[in-house]
Amino acid sequence: MAERAWHEIVRDVFKANQVKLVTYVPDNVLRPLIDAVRADKDFTSFACAREEEAVGVVSGAWMAGMRGVVLMQTSGFATLANALASLAVPFQIPVVMMISERGTLGEFNLGQAMTCRTMRPVLDALAMEHHTIERLDQVEFIADRTIKQAVQTQAPAALILSPLLTGGKVLKK
Amino acid sequence: MSQELESRGRGNAKVLNRFDITKRLVAKLKHEEAVVGGIGNTNFDLWAAGRRPQNFYMLGSMGLAVPIALGVALAQPKRRVFALEGDGSILMQLGALTTIAMLRPRNLAIVVMDNGSYQITGSQPTSTAAGADIVAMARGAGIDQSAWADDEAAFEKLMDRALAGEGPWLVAARIDGEPAVEQTERDPAQIRDRFMRGLGVKK
Repeated sequence: MAERAWHEIVRDVFKANQVKLVTYVPDNVLRPLIDAVRADKDFTSFACAREEEAVGVVSGAWMAGMRGVVLMQTSGFATLANALASLAVPFQIPVVMMISERGTLGEFNLGQAMTCRTMRPVLDALAMEHHTIERLDQVEFIADRTIKQAVQTQAPAALILSPLLTGGKVLKK
Repeated sequence: MSQELESRGRGNAKVLNRFDITKRLVAKLKHEEAVVGGIGNTNFDLWAAGRRPQNFYMLGSMGLAVPIALGVALAQPKRRVFALEGDGSILMQLGALTTIAMLRPRNLAIVVMDNGSYQITGSQPTSTAAGADIVAMARGAGIDQSAWADDEAAFEKLMDRALAGEGPWLVAARIDGEPAVEQTERDPAQIRDRFMRGLGVKK
């Protein structure tokens, strides 16, 4: 059997954990995962206009019995401190975020690099569980365990996809 | 089939009272419909209109009542879901109207209470006071069934349609500047737990 790509593993982990709803603000690195869930009838998937809108949708769906995740890039996470601090964290709603990491390891856009530096401090300030996935052999374990812990402890969590895993985005000359 | 609703428009709509029309809506809810109250006065008056386990009260996250209601509507397509928002709140998250128009959830209705001001922070005017029309924006977003409530009777008729027909719907009501009747108990874990039990997700 051919080795699965990271996005195929993530899709399968979503299925194994009864994740039915995938909301996203598109990102080039996440594109194969977005394509995979859009092509799969097991998922309800759609783009939201803003990341905080997606956090609201997934929060409502969770309370009504449907598990969901939010896909975004680093700059999208930077818009979320209020929605997390006033909705997901205090209401104990396990919003699972998958964030493709821009702004490091070869970033060409200073705006992205600055935004990236705010991500982990915000996650730490909110005492939110977060893990960075750097290698293919880590994807299944980290993604699966993070979703399970989020659900069982009723707490939001973040999965950060490092450029070491995805290749990231580099300037094309 | 969706169809545009008749109404005389914002300029000719009677100025209603938020607590009064909230009570009128709640009185019609006979099938454990979910109601998501936005921050501040919409949620305070929902609380004051009577405790229902199918009510969710936001404590912050201004603008997210509509997205939360959309999530509930998607997860439970057989349950009718209402989002109650103020004008300032809906202005924060207009993009969500386009998402709803794209997905067309049949069981979702949005009620916007428009007093043209950020009432709770000192009644500074919002852009609706200068003419921004929430119903026109909702129609522009693609929610065809959007209308101003001309008066109390029209509001009730629109709520009846939202309870019986196929959504999505957006109903806007001009309201006065009366403060909320009382404040919601701010216990987020309890609010969420009660709501989940009210929706049958927890036993």
